[in-house]
Amino acid sequence: MRQYYAITSILLALSVGSALAAETTKPSVARGREIFMKVGCYHCHGTQGQGSGAGLRLAPDPLPAEAIAQFIRATTSTMPAYSAEVLSDSQVADIAAYLGSIPAARSPDTIPALKGLKPTQ
Amino acid sequence: MAPHNVDRRKFLSKVAVAGTAAAIPTAHADEPTSAGKPLAKPRGAVPPTAAQLAVDTGEPRTPVPATANDSGSDFMVDVIKTLNIDYIFSNPGSSFLGLHESIVNYGGNKSPEFITCMHEESSAAMANGYYKAAGRPASILCHGTVGLQHASMALYNAWCDRVPLIAILGNTVDSTKRPGANDWRHSAQDPAAIVRDFTKWDDQPISLQAFAESMIQGYKISTTPPMEPIVLVADSHLQEMELESRSGLSIPKLSPTIPPQGDYGALREAAKFLVAAERPVILADRLARTAEGMRLLVELAESLNAPVVDLISRQNMPTTHHLFQNAQNRKLVAQADVILGLEVTDFWGQVNQFNRVDESSSPRIKPGTKLIRIGVNDLYMKSNYQDFQRYAAVDLSIAGDGEATLPALIDAVKSAMSDNRKLALAPRADVFRKLHAENYEAARQAAAFGWEASPITTARLCMELWQQIKTEDWALVSVGASEGFISNWPHRLWHIDRHYQYLGYGAGGGVGYGLPAAVGAALANKALGRMSVNIQCDGDFMYANGALWTAAHHRIPLLTVMHNNRAYAQETMLLQGIANKRNRGVTTSKVGTAIEDPNIDYAKLAQGMGVWAEGPITDPKDLAPAIKRAIAIVKQGLPALIDVVTQSR
Repeated sequence: MRQYYAITSILLALSVGSALAAETTKPSVARGREIFMKVGCYHCHGTQGQGSGAGLRLAPDPLPAEAIAQFIRATTSTMPAYSAEVLSDSQVADIAAYLGSIPAARSPDTIPALKGLKPTQ
Repeated sequence: MAPHNVDRRKFLSKVAVAGTAAAIPTAHADEPTSAGKPLAKPRGAVPPTAAQLAVDTGEPRTPVPATANDSGSDFMVDVIKTLNIDYIFSNPGSSFLGLHESIVNYGGNKSPEFITCMHEESSAAMANGYYKAAGRPASILCHGTVGLQHASMALYNAWCDRVPLIAILGNTVDSTKRPGANDWRHSAQDPAAIVRDFTKWDDQPISLQAFAESMIQGYKISTTPPMEPIVLVADSHLQEMELESRSGLSIPKLSPTIPPQGDYGALREAAKFLVAAERPVILADRLARTAEGMRLLVELAESLNAPVVDLISRQNMPTTHHLFQNAQNRKLVAQADVILGLEVTDFWGQVNQFNRVDESSSPRIKPGTKLIRIGVNDLYMKSNYQDFQRYAAVDLSIAGDGEATLPALIDAVKSAMSDNRKLALAPRADVFRKLHAENYEAARQAAAFGWEASPITTARLCMELWQQIKTEDWALVSVGASEGFISNWPHRLWHIDRHYQYLGYGAGGGVGYGLPAAVGAALANKALGRMSVNIQCDGDFMYANGALWTAAHHRIPLLTVMHNNRAYAQETMLLQGIANKRNRGVTTSKVGTAIEDPNIDYAKLAQGMGVWAEGPITDPKDLAPAIKRAIAIVKQGLPALIDVVTQSR
């Protein structure tokens, strides 16, 4: 079991490493999800980019990769900036591809726990 | 007064001596048992030898004489009974043997009832939660130096939460009365010193009459705003002394202090500002102690048609009211021309923003905004621990208890309000009604994102839960250190319209508050017929999970739903932030912050303590049925736990 985890970790590391090297590779949803999880975007933004009290909703309908890169390189908000050294443009493109693959949310009216809720009794 | 039980005392004193003598020879694992078969080798630390044990435990404390009809601790119990303290939360200890025995036997273990806790931090946290649900203080009993050190973190939480709490501490003042080495270690010249910076008052009375007067005085001090914990040291010799008569002893009458009301002249001035304001905002934090407190805040807000931002250290404003505008907090504060803060501890933090990344700060308000502050924070504070927060320069600072001051403030506002002004302000109600509906609908839409995700979203956890409790007389008794850990979903989507339906959080930010505070509150709610619900963070749970055993042992109905994100998630985020700032890579933020490998099985832990439990639940479709089963258990008067594997926030 431990061996399995070790191999998985190496594969993960290799995949992130190869993403760093291959700047011109076409953005990949699978790779983007992997990076999204590995660099911890999900901590604040949720595993499906749904957002939380700690981070904005990113998906569905994410910003284009360029806009995401522009924001995360220069932000002075609570979210710390990510330099290209720790998150390359191609990795950002992969993340954008992953976010773009997330389907639209269900209407709350199709969800029993949310259906028809009103702010007052 | 309960009947004395001389025979029982005699029996207990014999049992105590016999029990101690029997325990010592079999304590060492290497020694043969009475059956001649050696015990299994210990896997952890080697247990003490019989000789070590004898040194550490010493002789058993001198038993109460068999002829005793009355004792110091019996009198102490009578003093406590005059204060109508229902419960004493405690982990047993030899420095308060006399008091313990008198509570259980002489006092009939009723008002106060001894609630068995597995850590003094749990005792104090339970008393904290109990007060906020019951509206009356509870007591804790701590064992000497060690017990108070254990309790200190939770006392600090209570201090920051402005919660009255009567901590009674066993101590042996007279060194010639300390039988063994541990009695020396567990005694101190000034035992309350370690918590003096965050308790309001303490005393070490050296006579029974002084104990009676100090207990009543301490209770009065603790329950006078700003309400805070106090410590009373009960000398073990005083507890165990035989009383031939009670001649010369009396119990003073409690004369509760009327909470201070703000100066009426200053309130008239505040009312003028508020009535004239075009964009007033009311911030309310530790304001409403009672249903009346909530009703008064609603009346004030409606008189002005002013929005309220509830900072939720208490439930001050019904979330169902159109003037409840938490979703618009930042915008309202930025646009305000007058801001009224009611019992807001961190006023500076509400009107300024601090950027953690570059450590800069800037005002959130526009120049010229009038700031009014009403509360008791200026009346009493200590310097060492920094709970008093950054200095806020306001225009009008009125010292007075917020809830007690509201009637006069409302009166002043109504006096200052002309008919024309009332008409002019009326349209605000519709503006906020519309905004309130929009805020709610936006939250409802947001909750749907990631609805099918696993780990389960905190939105789904909260809404599946609320759907099943909303028809009950429910109370969300704890959310741990912050409702932000569950993205504030209860205040965004639940209908919280009673002051007891939300009790705030661990005010000192000390992890380990959530579960024991929930158990204490649930104990109060049991008598009030309310269903207690606790959303329990996993990191917090592991600090004080013995509180679950207390809930099982005392049959305390409490539904605990684990928010198990398998991490100290806030620290994960912060660690990632500083790594980013230093440009050192962002893939190591789980080192030291993740609670995985192995994952903790909270259901098994709970089951091991006699609590009905299910989980871990990872498929969101399994959540609602599990909640239903758990509620059925709680309705039987028992605790239940569901372990839900969740998103970080």
